[in-house]
Amino acid sequence: MSVTTEPVQEFDVANPEESFLTRLWENFKGGNLGSAPVIFGLTIIVIVFGFTAQNFFTAVNFINIITQMSGTTMLAFGVVFVLLLGEIDLSIAYLSGVAGVMAAELQKPDSGHHFTGIWPIIIALVIATLIGAFQGSFVALIGVPAFVVTLAGLLAWQGVIQVTLGAAGPIIIENRWINYTASYFFSATAGWIIAGVLIALYLLSVGLSLRGKRRHGVTVRYPWLVVAKVIAIVGVTLLVVAICNHDRGVPLPGLIIIFFLLTLTYITKRTTFGRHVYAVGGNAEAARRAGISVPRIRIIVFMISGFMAGVGGVMLAGNLRSVAPDQGGGTLLLDAISAAVIGGTSLFGGRGEVRSAVLGSAVIATIQNGLYIFGFQPGVIYITTGSILLFAVTLDTIARRRQAKTGR
Amino acid sequence: MSDETPVLELRGISKSFGSVEALSDVDLEVRRGEVMALVGDNGAGKSTLIKSIAGIHSVDSGEILFEGNPVSISGPKDAAKLGIEVVYQDLALCDNLDVVQNMYLGRESHNVLQVLNEPVMEHRTATTLKSLAVTTIRSIRQPVATLSGGQRQSVAVARAVMWNSKLVILDEPTAALGVAQTEQVLSLVRRLGEQGLSVILISHNLHDVFEVADRITVLRLGRNAGLFERTKTTQEEVVRAITAGKPTKVSGIAMEETS
Ligand SMILES: Nc1ncnc2c1ncn2[C@@H]1O[C@H](COP(=O)(O)OP(=O)(O)O)[C@@H](O)[C@H]1O
Ligand SMILES: [Mg+2]
Repeated sequence: MSVTTEPVQEFDVANPEESFLTRLWENFKGGNLGSAPVIFGLTIIVIVFGFTAQNFFTAVNFINIITQMSGTTMLAFGVVFVLLLGEIDLSIAYLSGVAGVMAAELQKPDSGHHFTGIWPIIIALVIATLIGAFQGSFVALIGVPAFVVTLAGLLAWQGVIQVTLGAAGPIIIENRWINYTASYFFSATAGWIIAGVLIALYLLSVGLSLRGKRRHGVTVRYPWLVVAKVIAIVGVTLLVVAICNHDRGVPLPGLIIIFFLLTLTYITKRTTFGRHVYAVGGNAEAARRAGISVPRIRIIVFMISGFMAGVGGVMLAGNLRSVAPDQGGGTLLLDAISAAVIGGTSLFGGRGEVRSAVLGSAVIATIQNGLYIFGFQPGVIYITTGSILLFAVTLDTIARRRQAKTGR
Repeated sequence: MSDETPVLELRGISKSFGSVEALSDVDLEVRRGEVMALVGDNGAGKSTLIKSIAGIHSVDSGEILFEGNPVSISGPKDAAKLGIEVVYQDLALCDNLDVVQNMYLGRESHNVLQVLNEPVMEHRTATTLKSLAVTTIRSIRQPVATLSGGQRQSVAVARAVMWNSKLVILDEPTAALGVAQTEQVLSLVRRLGEQGLSVILISHNLHDVFEVADRITVLRLGRNAGLFERTKTTQEEVVRAITAGKPTKVSGIAMEETS
């Protein structure tokens, strides 16, 4: 069969009378909720706090929230990949701690292993990625359940941090690159240039996609939706930069979030690897029969998880400008996993988006921030986050059951 | 290659699993554009035979000729290279992926940077489904989880024929389907034959077999127990071969066709 450019109408427009809303409703009934619930929830949370909490709706606080959520978001990016496979990685929080401690140790000026510039960061990230590969190999090649492998990692990496820092105590970080990852601010002009570049890239990708469709005679399903999306994304980008410039400027951690959001989304949606991740998560046996190397996909995903934990670890270390024996502890692990799930990524594999890491982290960080302004103690914050997590997982489970029912 | 050369010819295939002799000295011939039904009781060796053709099992002895040339098939990739595609009983689709993504699973169209070429895949999926008259699917961008059993089976079959395949093997394609959906899949099978593809159809349901098959090969206890032409036989005769058929071959010497 040769590819012709004659337009193929039947399947593209499918059912011309079917409106966008009908399609949305069908998706909903089919268990495909996407990001709608979390965006809705986040809007409500922002509105409620905006009206009730003092100084919540300010440029300063906006930047604070971005900085506070950045480290968790990095870990949550990795969680999304692991959850897409239907696996779990419990080691990421202490693995991020190992990366932070490693970077801090390597930048110590008076030690025998002093590295300057960004080398401590690069080495820490390589080590974190290798640890991810090591853990993933047990899952992919031997078949040890990921839960157990990474639980062992959770214990072991916590131990490594304590052994390393136990005698010496906290390490102060003077390497400016590490500290920049959490607290560098771009000038107002640089902020606008960044906005311009991002918008240009976005418009370019939309244009290329439309051109590709036209060339192959594929019709654009909802042209006005494309236009609405373009306007919304350009508007939000400009608004965010304007708000940031009102205070200290665009924070580097915010730009790092955007960078990984775009890169990882591209990888999941536009590359064969990303497609295969979804396939393995949806039906590993089908993927295997289709000639996909399932172990290879699994190992790479655990490497991504390790790498993103490393990035988060460096940013969290930079945020405090030091590392302590409890690095990677506290609620970091639970926040990162909750973020991905609250953001709409399924615990059952095969369904989810990279952006759910950002959306979920934003929900958690905003709630923590707002309740903190009100003067609530951490206990109340945990109760709230826990309730939202339960709600999100329930929604996911119902959606999955719906999907099972609609099928066949 | 003349038109009379069978697409696939198996000669004296034997296969044991330990002491279980799953296949002994089995012959099978499939001509171009022919729908060959493979029938037999549970455990007769049907699945084992097609797994040998698909390269999932290696055979202990016997010869496989594809388009007249002896071939050795030592993996699913070898089979695919020859143009042999198998649609397994349990479908092997990913529920979370849409129709296009499933059609191209593991064989995505991409550039050197492994970036997917969606328009090409979408267009060709639509063309393939259209050429097979699979038109009940509302949108090829809907997840296969939302499709009916018949539609899912159609997608699985369409995926098999999209790759310039010459021989499509269907293992019990109608086993889990209702009457209307079975009809849908059977007419698809008939269309494959009309388009010059060869089909091996495994089925328990003789009614289905008699609706679409050109010839029927019966296996019993791992041996050939009959070869019938659909127009010259009856369901009763085939049932008798399935349940009580005598081996039609003794020590490598082929006997007359039973029909
Ligand atoms: N992987 C295997 N290991 C051991 N025995 C097998 C295996 N596969 C099939 N068999 C045996 O081979 C015989 C034929 O099985 P099969 O080909 O599945 O029959 P059918 O598909 O006709 O029902 C049966 O006795 C079965 O138990
Ligand atoms: Mg069988």
